Amino acid sequence: MAKQLFNQPSPLETMVLSKRFALEGSETLDVYLKNDGFKAFLKAKEMTPEAIIDEVKASALRGRGGAGFPTGLKWSFVPRTSPKPRVIVVNADESEPGTCKDRLLIEYDPHQMIEGILIAGLAVDAHVGYVYIRGEYRYLIEKMDRAIAEAYSKGYLGNNVAGTGWKFDLYTHSGAGAYECGEETALLDSLEGKRGIPRMKPPFPAVAGAWGLPTLLNNVETFSAIPPIIRDGGAAFAALGTPKNGGTRLVCISGHVNKPGVYELPLGFPMMKAIDEVAGGIPGGRKLKAVVPGGSSCPILTASECDIPMDYDTLAKIGSMLGSGGMVVLDETTDMVRFALRIMRFYQHESCGWCIPCREGTTWLRKILQRFYEGHGRREDISLLGELSKNMLGRTFCALGDAAAMPTISIVEKFTEDFERYLARETVAV
Amino acid sequence: MTFSPQLEEIFAKMLQQYPEGRTRSAVVPMLIYAQDEVGSVNRELIEEVARRCKVTPLQVDEVVGYYSMLHRKPMGKYHVQVCTNISCLLVGGEELYESAKKKLGIGHKQVTADGQFSLEEVECMGACSWAPAVEINYDFHHFVTPEKLNQLIDSLKRAQ
Ligand SMILES: Cc1cc2nc3c(=O)[nH]c(=O)nc-3n(C[C@H](O)[C@H](O)[C@H](O)COP(=O)(O)O)c2cc1C
Ligand code: SF4
Ligand code: FES
Repeated sequence: MAKQLFNQPSPLETMVLSKRFALEGSETLDVYLKNDGFKAFLKAKEMTPEAIIDEVKASALRGRGGAGFPTGLKWSFVPRTSPKPRVIVVNADESEPGTCKDRLLIEYDPHQMIEGILIAGLAVDAHVGYVYIRGEYRYLIEKMDRAIAEAYSKGYLGNNVAGTGWKFDLYTHSGAGAYECGEETALLDSLEGKRGIPRMKPPFPAVAGAWGLPTLLNNVETFSAIPPIIRDGGAAFAALGTPKNGGTRLVCISGHVNKPGVYELPLGFPMMKAIDEVAGGIPGGRKLKAVVPGGSSCPILTASECDIPMDYDTLAKIGSMLGSGGMVVLDETTDMVRFALRIMRFYQHESCGWCIPCREGTTWLRKILQRFYEGHGRREDISLLGELSKNMLGRTFCALGDAAAMPTISIVEKFTEDFERYLARETVAV
Repeated sequence: MTFSPQLEEIFAKMLQQYPEGRTRSAVVPMLIYAQDEVGSVNRELIEEVARRCKVTPLQVDEVVGYYSMLHRKPMGKYHVQVCTNISCLLVGGEELYESAKKKLGIGHKQVTADGQFSLEEVECMGACSWAPAVEINYDFHHFVTPEKLNQLIDSLKRAQ
């Protein structure tokens, strides 16, 4: 019997990171080694750190955690010759609403991520790493612990990695429920045993991160992309995508589609084709209303804006983001007031309360949206929602403030009719 | 305080995995693993974790309120967490949560009188493409309908 996957793959996928997902026993080291595993590490072991970083730069890989920062460049910021030891941290906090891909990379191919971490270790001369996994993913922490134990027992972690005499230790670390801990500096505080409150930058984690040590922090998918990049060359990975937007990424399609799922698509893949063909279109032949392109923090797109290739630069050009890869599809029956309210309830709940514009802004926005949803909205509230959100932009300590404001501004501006319909006391069905 | 041998083994490893003198890092993971065994984060547990991680009880106490999975009062034997965030919302997450409230006769973060079930409306739990999603303790359930959740709850009741 074939392995039961979370969702059936689509023939339109380009499977690079996910190519082993469907293999029986894909989570084991044996299957990994039989299917290209550790070829990249052995190759990297023969390369200089500069050459490894150049290869990652050539791949045009950009961080898959949300901000899309060029990975090779980030690696080059870590002071490799600092007298302080360097630390690698994997962000497996995965909590941006709409995002469910890191889970699969750990569940189906943990050794690919481990190999990516080891290559990063060679590049920045680090010998220890921590995988910070959200607490709700306990079953994944256990799977990761098993994969790590297997790698140790077979000599792919520890004092003599793959027989090269090079040393690396890897551990998991459980979170305990806090979206804010996905923000890299809050994550570091959390890793140190404190509340997850973001830190002032600079210094950036590359210079002073976990326990004040130089720290290289990337998302699960970013590390998982490293073995194919080193094995087949940065140029080959880059060529899968569009210029400056290298490779493939795991796109999590959810909401109103016939075949929701996580699909690996090249950067620059047409958004409408992803909705209509990869995800099987909208149920009941209903029309598209809007798309959240990359997790709830991204400005929303109207149906008419969706005829675009999915890459970082195109999304930036139309004022949104590719974010974390969480693409949420909304059909014509969606009530945007209810949708905006749910987004704001989330950010208000998750605001760590450290700075006033975010703490107060999310509280007020939630109150106004709640009032609107309950049918007591006033016409002035529509512009007030926009103004309050705009006032938060750029005034908060970390990006959560912007993440709450941006979708709200876009929903209020692009779907004003939905709000007006509430004024006329006529609700739209969800 | 002592824990089960399995947990003691996990804790022994945990305390060694951070750089020299950085046992404070084990506070949050230790609390969450211990809570699963003890039932809640009570005074005694706070002091025990503080002792083991070589920090003050206050330093442990201050993280308890911050992390949503840490509870000062025991939750039910089965903690039912229903996601109503955007991807789940679009395909019936709120209706599912309402139906769970009715089925269990309790609200957000409440526990049934017999201590068997508790309910929580939660934020996105990384199951968006298989929504609506429910997590019972640490078990994920995907594409959950009110009927499926009712059956699930009934089977847990019968299993007691
Ligand atoms: C509020 C907030 C939450 C975040 N949550 C996550 C997360 O769950 N996972 C993640 O990888 N990055 C998250 N990020 C982005 C991280 O701060 C960081 O940019 C990223 O992990 C860096 O890795 P990358 O360069 O490989 O993307 C979050 C950022 C913010 C502001
Ligand atoms: S923006 Fe919000 S989450 Fe970020 S530091 Fe300020 S209060 Fe905390
Ligand atoms: S929105 Fe419910 S699991 Fe992500």
